[in-house]
Amino acid sequence: MKIKRKLGISTNKIIQYFIITLLATITIFPLYWMFTLATQSPPEIFRAPPHLWFSTSFINNYQELIKAMPTFWRSMGNSIYVAVMATLTTLFFCSLGGYAFAMYDFKYKNQLFIFMIATMVIPVTLGIIPYYIMMSWLGWLDKLRALYVPGMASAFGIFLLRQYIASAVPRELMDAARIDGCGEFRIYWNIVLPMIKPGLATLGIVIFVGSWNNFLGALVVLQSKEMFTLPVALRSLQGLYTVNWGAIMSGAALSILPILIVFIFAAKNIIGAFIAGTGLKG
Amino acid sequence: MNLSASSLLAGKGKRGIWQKWNNWRNKNQLRYAPYLFISPFYILFLIFGLFPILFSLFLSFHSWRAVGGLSTMEWVGLKNFKFLLSDPWFWGSLWNTFILLIISGLPQHIIALPLAFILNSRLPRQLKQFLSASYFFPYITSTVAIALIFSTIFGLRYGILNQLLEFLADSSFTSWAFGWLDNSLPINWLGKAVYIKPAIAIVVVWHWFGWNTILYLSGLQVISDDLYEAARVDGATSWHEFWYISLPLLKPIIFFAVTMTIIGNMQLFDEPFILTGGTGGVGRSGMTVAIYLYRTAFNWTQMGVAAAMSWLLFLIIIIFTLINYAVLRKGVLERRGE
Repeated sequence: MKIKRKLGISTNKIIQYFIITLLATITIFPLYWMFTLATQSPPEIFRAPPHLWFSTSFINNYQELIKAMPTFWRSMGNSIYVAVMATLTTLFFCSLGGYAFAMYDFKYKNQLFIFMIATMVIPVTLGIIPYYIMMSWLGWLDKLRALYVPGMASAFGIFLLRQYIASAVPRELMDAARIDGCGEFRIYWNIVLPMIKPGLATLGIVIFVGSWNNFLGALVVLQSKEMFTLPVALRSLQGLYTVNWGAIMSGAALSILPILIVFIFAAKNIIGAFIAGTGLKG
Repeated sequence: MNLSASSLLAGKGKRGIWQKWNNWRNKNQLRYAPYLFISPFYILFLIFGLFPILFSLFLSFHSWRAVGGLSTMEWVGLKNFKFLLSDPWFWGSLWNTFILLIISGLPQHIIALPLAFILNSRLPRQLKQFLSASYFFPYITSTVAIALIFSTIFGLRYGILNQLLEFLADSSFTSWAFGWLDNSLPINWLGKAVYIKPAIAIVVVWHWFGWNTILYLSGLQVISDDLYEAARVDGATSWHEFWYISLPLLKPIIFFAVTMTIIGNMQLFDEPFILTGGTGGVGRSGMTVAIYLYRTAFNWTQMGVAAAMSWLLFLIIIIFTLINYAVLRKGVLERRGE
């Protein structure tokens, strides 16, 4: 009886291990394949059976990529600039707003808060046409600020940091600071901000990745190649039949690399950040 | 309380008005500071949220080609909505979106739930972390890059997927399971209307199942071990544990995750847009409402029609979310009533 039970558990385990390994393979393979193809020459790419290992043509592919798209590194720069600006401004305005909602009592606080939460349910597609029109009125079409200014004080970020500040910063500290003559903004800047670094890191990661991968917004407002961010730049490669897949894959690989490197070193924190984020989005 | 240093400092030879302002500020800042701190959100929302959205509602009753400036706007009443409701392209794209919601939404959850359960069982910690990280990574990868990778994977003659399927169909070990595919190989994933939706669904499932898995895993981790322990004492198998403990207790998270899937997939844009080269694909069979909306607004500059479409889509999303709420919430409440 006991032996039988043990056997049952182990077949169960085998099935479980089979499932998790298969799914991990399916998940990792396309990424591996992208990096592999980025190193292959056209004859190697168009071959049956496929060449499954890295080859030596990365430099050639990269040169072809740069020839087809001289603005590639400029796009990389644009992406970095937009993501950094989005992250810094969002962290500032959201921590300020979250601080106010967490640490002060003021008239209409609850109503204002609920209103803010309610704005989160507005779907992206509803906003996309007005977003375009607004940007053209402001003269922000083809300007990078069109990509980060509208979201600088996101409701999601304020909500996230409000929760964090409420749990991490005791109110007594603020009273003590006030007695010492600290102004309200200085309390925020000198006392609260240093105390909420983990919360800021969480939100920062979510915002940075979101901005890095933003496609629809960039597609709508960016028009000239010099202003393209990476997603739009990569997309523009697609229609050019003269560019081989190895070159396109090397571009895709380079665009993923920064996020991949950060992810390898901080996977646990990043996953935690997204879970902290999603639990609130609903 | 406000014998503050700044008012003393201000007295040092600064102008009287500055001191007055400082006094006023010190006395009142506690009252006004919070409003000032939260104001950026409301100001930005007015400019980039509320006003434009109201304008788009206004626009949906007009005919307007963005190129002509505001003066070319012309009131057409409900004509845009009437047009859309009788437009086969709109209904077609709605149908595509709905089919994609099902075939790319359901598998995500059917994979994610048991997978999260397995991850939550006694696996070595390192392995667990490695697996969670691998499943999660696609979620933070740019959709454009993903869609480009899959464009090569779906290649007709030399795409790795077709080569794999051919291998499986021919190999004597696996032909019993894959032999039936032999006649349709190689599959023209992106070039034939019938295959475009499955191809898009494969990419979407690949992109999102890990996110759902991690979400469910975080839900499972708060379920007390005692429950499983007690069940095991009573002779429950893993299957029983999954079906009778994990699943019912996860219901609120399932509701949340399914809601997110509905809202996201009803607006599916990036994956089909790249995979079909921005057109919607052969026979428009990969054209979702979001792509049709984009093309109406930016390829054909029919801003009024596009605005009307965005409002119709919004309504449809609300209806679907409410249906989901009715179906899943009911279960949760009943369970509590027991």
